[in-house]
Amino acid sequence: MNTATVTSQTSVSERAKAAAAALILGFVLIYTVGFAASSTVHNAAHDTRHGLAFPCH
Amino acid sequence: MVTRVLTVSILAGLLAGLLISALQHVTTTPLILKAETYEAALRAQSGPMQAAFSGEARIQLAHNDPKAGAEHTGEHEWKPQDGLQRTAFTSLVTIGTAIGFAALLLAGMIAANEQVDQRQALAWAVCGFLAFGLAPAMGLAPELPGSAAAELQQRQLWWLLTAVITAGALFVFLRVEASWARALAVLALLLPHLIGAPHPAAPESKVPAEIAAHFAALSLAIQAALWLVTGFAVGVLWPWLARRSAVTAAA
Repeated sequence: MNTATVTSQTSVSERAKAAAAALILGFVLIYTVGFAASSTVHNAAHDTRHGLAFPCH
Repeated sequence: MVTRVLTVSILAGLLAGLLISALQHVTTTPLILKAETYEAALRAQSGPMQAAFSGEARIQLAHNDPKAGAEHTGEHEWKPQDGLQRTAFTSLVTIGTAIGFAALLLAGMIAANEQVDQRQALAWAVCGFLAFGLAPAMGLAPELPGSAAAELQQRQLWWLLTAVITAGALFVFLRVEASWARALAVLALLLPHLIGAPHPAAPESKVPAEIAAHFAALSLAIQAALWLVTGFAVGVLWPWLARRSAVTAAA
Protein backbone atom coordinates (compact mmCIF):
# COMPACT_ATOMS: atom_id res chain seq x y z
CA MET A 1 0.00 0.00 0.00
CA ASN A 2 1.56 3.29 -1.01
CA THR A 3 0.80 6.86 -0.01
CA ALA A 4 -1.33 7.57 -3.08
CA THR A 5 -3.78 4.76 -2.40
CA VAL A 6 -3.99 5.71 1.28
CA THR A 7 -4.89 9.27 0.32
CA SER A 8 -7.47 8.31 -2.27
CA GLN A 9 -9.08 5.79 0.07
CA THR A 10 -9.87 8.43 2.69
CA SER A 11 -13.63 8.28 2.92
CA VAL A 12 -15.89 11.31 2.83
CA SER A 13 -17.19 10.67 6.33
CA GLU A 14 -13.67 10.44 7.69
CA ARG A 15 -12.79 13.72 6.01
CA ALA A 16 -15.91 15.32 7.46
CA LYS A 17 -14.99 14.12 10.93
CA ALA A 18 -11.40 15.37 10.59
CA ALA A 19 -12.49 18.77 9.23
CA ALA A 20 -15.05 19.13 12.05
CA ALA A 21 -12.47 18.23 14.70
CA ALA A 22 -10.01 20.75 13.25
CA LEU A 23 -12.68 23.45 13.01
CA ILE A 24 -13.75 22.95 16.63
CA LEU A 25 -10.15 22.94 17.90
CA GLY A 26 -9.30 26.05 15.89
CA PHE A 27 -12.43 27.93 16.88
CA VAL A 28 -12.13 27.14 20.60
CA LEU A 29 -8.45 28.14 20.68
CA ILE A 30 -8.84 31.36 18.70
CA TYR A 31 -11.90 32.32 20.75
CA THR A 32 -10.03 31.76 24.01
CA VAL A 33 -6.81 33.53 23.09
CA GLY A 34 -8.34 36.36 21.09
CA PHE A 35 -11.89 37.02 22.28
CA ALA A 36 -12.75 35.55 25.69
CA ALA A 37 -13.99 38.32 28.00
CA SER A 38 -12.75 36.76 31.26
CA SER A 39 -10.38 39.26 32.87
CA THR A 40 -7.88 36.56 33.81
CA VAL A 41 -7.74 35.27 30.25
CA HIS A 42 -7.58 38.84 28.95
CA ASN A 43 -4.66 39.75 31.21
CA ALA A 44 -2.73 36.59 30.37
CA ALA A 45 -3.33 37.05 26.63
CA HIS A 46 -2.95 40.86 26.66
CA ASP A 47 0.36 41.27 24.84
CA THR A 48 -0.47 38.61 22.25
CA ARG A 49 -3.89 40.17 21.57
CA HIS A 50 -2.23 43.52 20.90
CA GLY A 51 0.71 41.97 19.08
CA LEU A 52 -1.45 39.97 16.68
CA ALA A 53 -4.03 42.75 16.19
CA PHE A 54 -7.01 41.11 17.89
CA PRO A 55 -9.47 43.73 19.15
CA CYS A 56 -8.41 44.38 22.77
CA HIS A 57 -10.04 46.79 25.28
CA MET B 1 -7.33 11.04 10.29
CA VAL B 2 -8.67 12.91 13.31
CA THR B 3 -5.54 11.95 15.23
CA ARG B 4 -3.35 13.20 12.41
CA VAL B 5 -5.25 16.50 12.28
CA LEU B 6 -4.71 17.03 16.01
CA THR B 7 -1.06 15.95 15.93
CA VAL B 8 -0.16 18.14 12.96
CA SER B 9 -2.06 21.16 14.35
CA ILE B 10 -0.33 20.90 17.70
CA LEU B 11 3.15 20.26 16.32
CA ALA B 12 2.95 22.92 13.62
CA GLY B 13 1.44 25.41 16.06
CA LEU B 14 4.10 24.69 18.65
CA LEU B 15 6.86 25.19 16.11
CA ALA B 16 5.45 28.38 14.59
CA GLY B 17 4.33 29.71 17.97
CA LEU B 18 7.75 29.33 19.54
CA LEU B 19 9.47 31.02 16.61
CA ILE B 20 6.99 33.90 16.48
CA SER B 21 7.06 34.37 20.28
CA ALA B 22 10.78 34.95 20.01
CA LEU B 23 10.15 37.51 17.24
CA GLN B 24 7.41 39.20 19.29
CA HIS B 25 9.72 39.41 22.27
CA VAL B 26 12.09 41.66 20.32
CA THR B 27 9.58 43.51 18.09
CA THR B 28 6.00 44.15 19.25
CA THR B 29 6.25 43.52 23.01
CA PRO B 30 8.87 46.24 23.67
CA LEU B 31 6.55 48.74 21.92
CA ILE B 32 3.58 47.59 24.06
CA LEU B 33 5.67 48.12 27.20
CA LYS B 34 6.73 51.54 25.93
CA ALA B 35 3.11 52.50 25.25
CA GLU B 36 2.20 51.44 28.78
CA THR B 37 4.72 53.92 30.19
CA TYR B 38 2.82 56.74 28.41
CA GLU B 39 -0.41 55.37 29.82
CA ALA B 40 1.09 55.20 33.33
CA ALA B 41 2.62 58.68 33.02
CA LEU B 42 -0.75 60.13 32.11
CA ARG B 43 -2.37 58.36 35.06
CA ALA B 44 0.27 59.71 37.47
CA GLN B 45 -0.02 63.20 35.98
CA SER B 46 -3.77 63.66 36.22
CA GLY B 47 -4.49 61.51 39.28
CA PRO B 48 -6.86 58.57 39.25
CA MET B 49 -9.94 60.40 40.59
CA GLN B 50 -9.76 63.28 38.16
CA ALA B 51 -8.97 60.95 35.31
CA ALA B 52 -12.08 58.93 35.98
CA PHE B 53 -14.25 62.01 35.46
CA SER B 54 -12.49 63.41 32.41
CA GLY B 55 -13.71 62.13 29.08
CA GLU B 56 -10.31 62.30 27.49
CA ALA B 57 -8.66 60.33 30.26
CA ARG B 58 -11.37 57.72 30.10
CA ILE B 59 -10.23 56.89 26.60
CA GLN B 60 -6.60 56.72 27.67
CA LEU B 61 -7.20 54.74 30.82
CA ALA B 62 -9.32 52.00 29.34
CA HIS B 63 -7.41 49.53 31.51
CA ASN B 64 -8.80 51.06 34.68
CA ASP B 65 -12.11 52.46 33.56
CA PRO B 66 -14.89 50.85 35.58
CA LYS B 67 -17.29 51.53 32.71
CA ALA B 68 -15.18 49.70 30.17
CA GLY B 69 -16.64 46.34 31.16
CA ALA B 70 -16.01 43.53 33.60
CA GLU B 71 -12.90 42.44 31.76
CA HIS B 72 -11.00 45.64 32.54
CA THR B 73 -11.76 46.25 36.16
CA GLY B 74 -8.27 47.21 37.10
CA GLU B 75 -5.28 46.51 39.21
CA HIS B 76 -6.63 44.02 41.73
CA GLU B 77 -7.43 41.45 39.02
CA TRP B 78 -4.84 38.75 38.46
CA LYS B 79 -2.33 39.46 35.75
CA PRO B 80 1.07 37.99 34.99
CA GLN B 81 3.98 39.75 36.70
CA ASP B 82 6.20 41.79 34.43
CA GLY B 83 9.30 39.95 33.32
CA LEU B 84 9.57 36.22 32.90
CA GLN B 85 5.98 35.40 33.84
CA ARG B 86 4.52 37.91 31.41
CA THR B 87 6.83 36.72 28.62
CA ALA B 88 5.91 33.11 29.36
CA PHE B 89 2.17 33.80 29.16
CA THR B 90 2.56 35.83 25.98
CA SER B 91 4.52 32.98 24.39
CA LEU B 92 1.98 30.39 25.56
CA VAL B 93 -0.92 32.38 24.13
CA THR B 94 0.95 32.92 20.85
CA ILE B 95 1.54 29.16 20.62
CA GLY B 96 -2.18 28.64 21.29
CA THR B 97 -3.01 31.07 18.49
CA ALA B 98 -0.68 29.26 16.10
CA ILE B 99 -2.24 25.88 16.95
CA GLY B 100 -5.67 27.42 16.37
CA PHE B 101 -4.65 28.86 13.00
CA ALA B 102 -3.05 25.52 12.01
CA ALA B 103 -6.29 23.72 12.89
CA LEU B 104 -8.41 26.20 10.92
CA LEU B 105 -6.04 25.87 7.96
CA LEU B 106 -6.37 22.07 8.03
CA ALA B 107 -10.14 22.28 8.49
CA GLY B 108 -10.41 24.37 5.33
CA MET B 109 -8.02 22.26 3.30
CA ILE B 110 -9.62 18.94 4.30
CA ALA B 111 -13.14 20.26 3.75
CA ALA B 112 -12.09 21.44 0.28
CA ASN B 113 -10.49 18.03 -0.40
CA GLU B 114 -7.16 19.74 -1.00
CA GLN B 115 -3.86 17.91 -1.27
CA VAL B 116 -1.97 19.00 1.85
CA ASP B 117 1.59 19.67 0.72
CA GLN B 118 4.04 22.54 1.20
CA ARG B 119 2.88 24.61 -1.77
CA GLN B 120 -0.84 24.26 -1.14
CA ALA B 121 -0.53 24.78 2.63
CA LEU B 122 1.52 27.94 2.05
CA ALA B 123 -1.04 29.24 -0.46
CA TRP B 124 -3.83 28.63 2.06
CA ALA B 125 -1.75 30.32 4.76
CA VAL B 126 -1.39 33.42 2.57
CA CYS B 127 -5.18 33.51 2.22
CA GLY B 128 -5.46 32.93 5.98
CA PHE B 129 -3.34 36.01 6.60
CA LEU B 130 -5.38 38.06 4.11
CA ALA B 131 -8.63 37.00 5.80
CA PHE B 132 -7.64 37.03 9.48
CA GLY B 133 -4.87 39.62 9.40
CA LEU B 134 -4.92 42.14 6.61
CA ALA B 135 -8.66 42.54 5.96
CA PRO B 136 -9.67 43.13 9.62
CA ALA B 137 -6.64 45.42 10.07
CA MET B 138 -7.88 47.70 7.26
CA GLY B 139 -10.80 48.64 9.50
CA LEU B 140 -9.29 48.07 12.92
CA ALA B 141 -5.58 48.88 12.72
CA PRO B 142 -3.38 47.04 15.24
CA GLU B 143 -3.56 49.10 18.41
CA LEU B 144 -1.22 49.81 21.28
CA PRO B 145 -2.53 50.04 24.85
CA GLY B 146 -3.77 53.57 25.47
CA SER B 147 -5.24 54.10 22.01
CA ALA B 148 -8.79 55.31 21.71
CA ALA B 149 -11.21 52.65 20.48
CA ALA B 150 -14.91 51.97 20.10
CA GLU B 151 -16.79 49.45 22.25
CA LEU B 152 -15.04 46.08 22.41
CA GLN B 153 -17.93 43.74 21.51
CA GLN B 154 -18.75 45.72 18.37
CA ARG B 155 -15.14 45.64 17.22
CA GLN B 156 -14.86 41.92 17.95
CA LEU B 157 -18.03 41.26 15.97
CA TRP B 158 -16.83 43.33 13.01
CA TRP B 159 -13.41 41.63 13.14
CA LEU B 160 -14.93 38.14 13.18
CA LEU B 161 -17.47 38.82 10.42
CA THR B 162 -14.81 40.46 8.24
CA ALA B 163 -12.46 37.48 8.69
CA VAL B 164 -15.13 34.88 7.92
CA ILE B 165 -16.61 36.79 4.95
CA THR B 166 -13.15 37.47 3.48
CA ALA B 167 -12.12 33.83 3.85
CA GLY B 168 -15.32 32.62 2.17
CA ALA B 169 -15.08 35.21 -0.61
CA LEU B 170 -11.44 34.34 -1.34
CA PHE B 171 -12.36 30.66 -1.56
CA VAL B 172 -15.25 31.30 -3.95
CA PHE B 173 -13.17 33.64 -6.10
CA LEU B 174 -10.28 31.16 -6.37
CA ARG B 175 -12.32 27.97 -6.74
CA VAL B 176 -15.55 28.79 -8.57
CA GLU B 177 -15.40 29.39 -12.32
CA ALA B 178 -18.75 31.12 -12.81
CA SER B 179 -18.24 34.83 -13.31
CA TRP B 180 -21.40 35.81 -11.40
CA ALA B 181 -20.04 33.93 -8.35
CA ARG B 182 -16.72 35.70 -8.68
CA ALA B 183 -18.45 39.07 -8.94
CA LEU B 184 -20.39 38.23 -5.78
CA ALA B 185 -17.12 37.25 -4.08
CA VAL B 186 -15.56 40.63 -4.90
CA LEU B 187 -18.66 42.35 -3.56
CA ALA B 188 -18.42 40.27 -0.37
CA LEU B 189 -14.73 41.24 -0.01
CA LEU B 190 -15.69 44.92 -0.13
CA LEU B 191 -18.84 44.67 1.99
CA PRO B 192 -17.32 44.83 5.52
CA HIS B 193 -15.30 47.90 4.49
CA LEU B 194 -18.31 49.58 2.91
CA ILE B 195 -20.19 49.07 6.18
CA GLY B 196 -17.12 50.24 8.05
CA ALA B 197 -15.52 49.22 11.32
CA PRO B 198 -16.75 50.72 14.59
CA HIS B 199 -14.55 53.69 15.53
CA PRO B 200 -14.49 56.01 18.54
CA ALA B 201 -15.98 59.48 18.22
CA ALA B 202 -12.61 61.10 18.93
CA PRO B 203 -9.63 59.10 17.67
CA GLU B 204 -7.15 60.43 20.22
CA SER B 205 -4.14 58.77 21.74
CA LYS B 206 -1.32 59.98 23.94
CA VAL B 207 1.00 57.37 22.43
CA PRO B 208 3.23 59.15 19.86
CA ALA B 209 2.08 58.52 16.28
CA GLU B 210 5.51 57.25 15.24
CA ILE B 211 5.38 54.45 17.82
CA ALA B 212 1.80 53.56 16.91
CA ALA B 213 2.63 53.46 13.18
CA HIS B 214 5.72 51.36 13.78
CA PHE B 215 3.65 48.99 15.91
CA ALA B 216 0.92 48.63 13.29
CA ALA B 217 3.42 47.71 10.59
CA LEU B 218 5.35 45.32 12.86
CA SER B 219 2.19 43.66 14.10
CA LEU B 220 1.00 42.90 10.56
CA ALA B 221 4.41 41.60 9.55
CA ILE B 222 4.54 39.34 12.61
CA GLN B 223 1.07 38.03 11.88
CA ALA B 224 2.04 37.33 8.27
CA ALA B 225 5.10 35.46 9.53
CA LEU B 226 2.93 33.48 11.97
CA TRP B 227 0.60 32.37 9.17
CA LEU B 228 3.41 31.54 6.75
CA VAL B 229 5.46 29.54 9.25
CA THR B 230 2.31 27.74 10.44
CA GLY B 231 1.33 26.92 6.84
CA PHE B 232 4.81 25.75 5.98
CA ALA B 233 4.99 23.52 9.08
CA VAL B 234 1.57 22.03 8.28
CA GLY B 235 2.69 21.41 4.69
CA VAL B 236 5.82 19.60 5.87
CA LEU B 237 4.33 17.63 8.78
CA TRP B 238 1.11 16.40 7.13
CA PRO B 239 2.73 14.38 4.30
CA TRP B 240 5.42 13.16 6.70
CA LEU B 241 2.81 11.73 9.11
CA ALA B 242 0.82 10.32 6.18
CA ARG B 243 3.90 8.46 4.97
CA ARG B 244 4.60 7.19 8.47
CA SER B 245 1.06 5.86 8.99
CA ALA B 246 1.18 4.26 5.51
CA VAL B 247 4.39 2.46 6.46
CA THR B 248 2.82 1.31 9.76
CA ALA B 249 -0.31 0.09 7.96
CA ALA B 250 1.76 -1.85 5.43
CA ALA B 251 3.93 -3.47 8.09
